[in-house]
Amino acid sequence: MEILWILAIPLIGGLLLALFGYQRFAPELNSVMSFGTFVASAFLTVRVITDGPMTALNEQFFVDSFNVFLVALTAFVAFTTSLFSRPYMRIEQAHGKLTINMLRLYHSMYQLFTFTMLVALLTNNLGIMWVAMEAATLTTVLLVSLYRTPASLEAAWKYFILCGVGIAQALFGTILLYFAAEKVLGAGGNALLWTHLDAVKAQLEPTVLSLAFVFLLVGYGTKVGLAPLHNWLPDAHAEGPTPVSAVLSGLLLNVALYAVVRSKVLVDGALGSHLAGNLMMGFGLLSVVMAAFFLSRQKDVKRMFAYSSIEHMGLMTFAFGMGGPVATFAGMLHMTVHSLTKSAIFFAVGHATQKSGTQLMENIRGLITTNPTIGWGLAIGSLAILGMPPFGVFASEFLIITTAMHAYPWTTPFLLAALGVAFAAIFSRVQSMVFGETSGERLPHPPALVPVFVHLGLVLLLGLYIPPYLADWYRQAAALIG
Amino acid sequence: MADFSGQLINLFAALLLLVSFAMLSQRRVLSLINLFALQGLLLSASTAIVAYSSHQHHLYYSAALTLVLKVIILPWILHRLIRKLNVKWDVETLFNIPTTMLVGIALVVFAFNLAAPISEMAGTITKSTLGIAMASVLLSFLMMITRSKAVPQVIGFLAMENGLFFAATSATYGMPMVVELGIALDVLIGMVILGIFFFQIRETFDSLDLKHMEKLKED
Repeated sequence: MEILWILAIPLIGGLLLALFGYQRFAPELNSVMSFGTFVASAFLTVRVITDGPMTALNEQFFVDSFNVFLVALTAFVAFTTSLFSRPYMRIEQAHGKLTINMLRLYHSMYQLFTFTMLVALLTNNLGIMWVAMEAATLTTVLLVSLYRTPASLEAAWKYFILCGVGIAQALFGTILLYFAAEKVLGAGGNALLWTHLDAVKAQLEPTVLSLAFVFLLVGYGTKVGLAPLHNWLPDAHAEGPTPVSAVLSGLLLNVALYAVVRSKVLVDGALGSHLAGNLMMGFGLLSVVMAAFFLSRQKDVKRMFAYSSIEHMGLMTFAFGMGGPVATFAGMLHMTVHSLTKSAIFFAVGHATQKSGTQLMENIRGLITTNPTIGWGLAIGSLAILGMPPFGVFASEFLIITTAMHAYPWTTPFLLAALGVAFAAIFSRVQSMVFGETSGERLPHPPALVPVFVHLGLVLLLGLYIPPYLADWYRQAAALIG
Repeated sequence: MADFSGQLINLFAALLLLVSFAMLSQRRVLSLINLFALQGLLLSASTAIVAYSSHQHHLYYSAALTLVLKVIILPWILHRLIRKLNVKWDVETLFNIPTTMLVGIALVVFAFNLAAPISEMAGTITKSTLGIAMASVLLSFLMMITRSKAVPQVIGFLAMENGLFFAATSATYGMPMVVELGIALDVLIGMVILGIFFFQIRETFDSLDLKHMEKLKED
């Protein structure tokens, strides 16, 4: 029942906002709809914690402790981002960058984007998961090109073509998976249901599954932003409106990684070897190292944090690739803290760029004197994302690196060097943006900074103390993934 | 009878591959759209024959879906688009067609090798065509790489989806119906969004040539 609500609210929201998106209350309606989704997801979470995994609607939907935590996270960040987008988009409108019709498109697509992500997370059917992932690309293409500037159109085109081609590979992987499953489960709709596949995974044909996993990893990996398939990511993040950057970075990448991890579970079961894990570790490590070295060359603040997202997604992929209870636990914790921290950073960065009228870092100066809350938000957020204790990112990175030291010692120098380079690159830039001489003027609407500090507060809390029920929940999920 | 329809399916598969090569070397946008419609028609016909000879009734639905979507709706949208965008008679200068063709042949060989172990395991009467399906996916990919204009790139993208659909039919008699409907819906929505997007690109750059869109790069 809760599942229906979770999916119905954003879908209805998308339709309502398509009709009434030009009204003055559209941003508030957007927030109300996102809040409704969040409440429904909270009820679902409580139910899954008390009753355990369940399927619904003729087994078409499936919830266990792994995807329910992502559903809750997605609904929560979508809600706080909608709160942030309210004043942000009003300021953009006041600056004359957006017309009322563009806002209508934006609000409607925002809800539909949430809808597609939640479908991808909740569905039990791997084919529908593919359809939802493709739909998530489609809903965001026009959001990336919302400003209609040459650069934003180019970014959106690149996003569409690269992710479209990438996800076509994932479709071929899904076809191969169905081909292997059909031999065991028989033809028809049930052969792509994850719960059924999971039950018979040991009998699936290993050669077909290993080929399928390569295609699935390349396909969904393009959406995760794994190197060398990451080209679309910095452009789409830098050129779209900031709330879109926040949800792309904080949520969509997680959902794509979720698809990869679900496939990995099946392939591991069929192969009985560590092939899938090794591939993921390879792609993950490459992304971490590559992103770290690109970080120091960035001039645009949103581009820089987009590369930081590639780095962190690489780290998570690496963690899930290593497998085992500790690394998987750390991977999930990192998913949570990264999406909270990164979206908080994008909120602060969004207002900072509005104040300075540019995204070039050399022209953003002295945030702490003109607007202390934006300045502190950016400074603390950056320290958190760089893995400084006592924030949650430190805890998850520490777990990932200590596990790597035990299991794969040769990877440690690469990881540590990359994290060090990333630290130097981001810290020096942020320092000069936050302190230094002032520039910029007052914003026409008061900025929304509550979400920034709520997110950072949660990340701090997760670094100091993980509540026992949450730790249990992660542990259960880690046991599922293995 | 089964033998005859098997032959017929192979014939259609061969024609499909031929159309893929023709698309690779076609320079006129209008002819490209017609080739795309022809590819859809071949796909639909071969799906119907597979449905008939294997008694898989759901495949009739997917043949009908292919016919409506890929032979009628998408080409119609594309025709309208190129008329409105005034690129109907556009001729593209392509990078060295013979070289592209040679690369294409290499891709076909590669695709057959990749598909060989899988088609041996398949129990469908169409298993020998899996290599052709893979080949047409890769050829569409090559076509996307070699094109510099927006409309041909999108046609390449749609042709790739055709190839994947053919792969699904030949390996497993098609995907479950919900999934096929979902994919069709995605393709349709994608086409509409791209249509809007073409106009935005044209408005901003005064052309649909993608060479204007190479500004975002790492220095």
